[in-house]
Amino acid sequence: MEFIKEFISFLKQRKKYWLFPIIFIMVLFAIMLIATQNSAVAPFIYTLF
Amino acid sequence: MNILGVSAYYHDSACALIRDGNIIAAAHEERFTRKKHDPRFPHHALEYCLGEAGISFCDLDHIVFYDKPFLKFERLLETYIAFAPRGFRSFSTSMLLWLKEKLFLKKTLLSELSLHGKREDLPNVLLFSEHHVSHAASAYYPSPFNDAAILTMDGVGEWATTTVAVGKGKNIDILQEIHFPHSLGLLYSAFTYYTGFKVNSGEYKLMGLAPYGTPRYAGVIRDNLIDVKNDGSFRLNMDYFDYCTGFTMTNNKFDVLFGGSARLSEEPLTARHMDLAASIQTVTEEIILSMTGSIARDTGQKHLCLAGGVALNCVANGRILRDGAFEKLWIQPASGDAGGALGAALAVYHIHCGAERKMADGVTDSMMGAYLGPAFHQSEIESKIRSMGAVFKVVTDEELLNRCVDDLIAGKAVGWFQGRMEFGPRALGARSILGDPRSAAMQTQLNLKVKFRESFRPFAPAVLREDLSQWFELAVDSPYMLLVADVVEEKRHPMSEEEQMLFGIDKLNLVRSEIPAVTHVDYSARVQTVHKETNPLYHALITLFKEKTGCPVVVNTSFNVRGEPIVCSPEDAFRCFMGTDIESLVIGNCYLEKSAQDNKLLLDYKNSFELD
Repeated sequence: MEFIKEFISFLKQRKKYWLFPIIFIMVLFAIMLIATQNSAVAPFIYTLF
Repeated sequence: MNILGVSAYYHDSACALIRDGNIIAAAHEERFTRKKHDPRFPHHALEYCLGEAGISFCDLDHIVFYDKPFLKFERLLETYIAFAPRGFRSFSTSMLLWLKEKLFLKKTLLSELSLHGKREDLPNVLLFSEHHVSHAASAYYPSPFNDAAILTMDGVGEWATTTVAVGKGKNIDILQEIHFPHSLGLLYSAFTYYTGFKVNSGEYKLMGLAPYGTPRYAGVIRDNLIDVKNDGSFRLNMDYFDYCTGFTMTNNKFDVLFGGSARLSEEPLTARHMDLAASIQTVTEEIILSMTGSIARDTGQKHLCLAGGVALNCVANGRILRDGAFEKLWIQPASGDAGGALGAALAVYHIHCGAERKMADGVTDSMMGAYLGPAFHQSEIESKIRSMGAVFKVVTDEELLNRCVDDLIAGKAVGWFQGRMEFGPRALGARSILGDPRSAAMQTQLNLKVKFRESFRPFAPAVLREDLSQWFELAVDSPYMLLVADVVEEKRHPMSEEEQMLFGIDKLNLVRSEIPAVTHVDYSARVQTVHKETNPLYHALITLFKEKTGCPVVVNTSFNVRGEPIVCSPEDAFRCFMGTDIESLVIGNCYLEKSAQDNKLLLDYKNSFELD
């Protein structure tokens, strides 16, 4: 809960409201991810990520 | 007030601790874990910092992480949207990582930090600093200036890749930023990748390779890859780069432009790779000089502070100095992300808490020679190496110096382990391997038998500050080995006509000066000035070497082999000694000779570390 509050406050502060729908899709993506339990591997150019 | 800065999870994790604005301790995690560029949470470095300060975890008033993960996530999302539908594979891979781990960094940090002590107020104590603010703070606050222009350049932080700021008293005002994907650091890294070196560690190699080549591709780079404006600001032509959407730095169009695909790491280096290195180095220097000239005009400042990974390009730093746009230059020795831990802590103290900055004298910085890491007492050293089976003699300082100098004169490589370990990527006479710079064979001997690294890589001279101008075309302090200058004319050996016809690595074995082991093919050298005030024993050693040889210079290279973090403890030093052709070793007042050691303790060290 704390995380969601902080993230919404961040988007408001940055005035990036248009990112909300993308974040929503991300949440779905996350649920799918947790369901499949794939491992996350750091990509090659780690500085960028 | 105790403030802990933390850098982690990307590369070179580190901790730094300041008390009332004074730097108490700073160390890279890799030195303790023995894993090069260790990105994991710096538990060992944190415990070391607390121990050095003599405080417990609960005595910390603030803990600050060196960048802001939400901002970085915003940049990732916007970048992928800008390039969609290209880059879906890269997008899905990085999103997995972010949604599982990095987005919840605060929670992860709280959990890791809580292992060092229970405190209810931990969520309130933890702060986040912007990546380039951390770099700018690390460049300005420890500098010897009361006001200065600040330039930070790296691959990328959150959005910024280049930042111009002005520091005055306790304040830092950001004036301009260049944002991702337009990045001088990533442009240099693209060529690092293309010439077959590892991104984020092979940039030094590319810089060292540049003097062997001619910049015949500089025009191609200027005409196609980058658009530089009069004020030094720039935009990259993203048609040639893959890093926004793919898993490599450059793409097929880049290959076509430069007439071939990227070199694989095991492929031999050719004249073409040397020319590419020379070309990107030339263009990088031009852009930096254009920027610094413009910053000097716009800000009216006489001093410049540098940080960020690009500030480790000591060849470019030397050119900034010679260009004269600024009267004085100061470069943070831990300019990479590790130094962000220190900068973040200083930013919290001066910007967040509003604490005044002490007046600087224009000469002395507050980095204490970058000797900010662990030291070991003599009794501790003896007990540690004795338990490993080492055979050693305990000698006085005077005898120690005499033995070391005699070994250097005899052409031996000497392991030198004294006092507090350095913070930053350079060994500066606390964890160093030393050699005689007058020896023509020393560069090859050290590269191949001691460091197990590429033969073309140059070594740096450590010179007594008082003798600097008699040997190098440099008139200012360079205590952190971050300025490149030429050997003075009278010490050079001119090339014969036949020698001038040689090209590339064939030039390597030419004796270019009275100190060939530290003179690069273009007569340049990456100079470290040695000061009595910051490292008296090291200064005394070189003084004695000068008395016996007339030469106030020694070869100084880091105490490690290729792919290994610089040694931290006496045990690390003894292992490296037994695994390489280092012939004598001093740790504190212990003197060790290789010939006196038990042969059963010799190690196969060459393949112990993953190549960088």
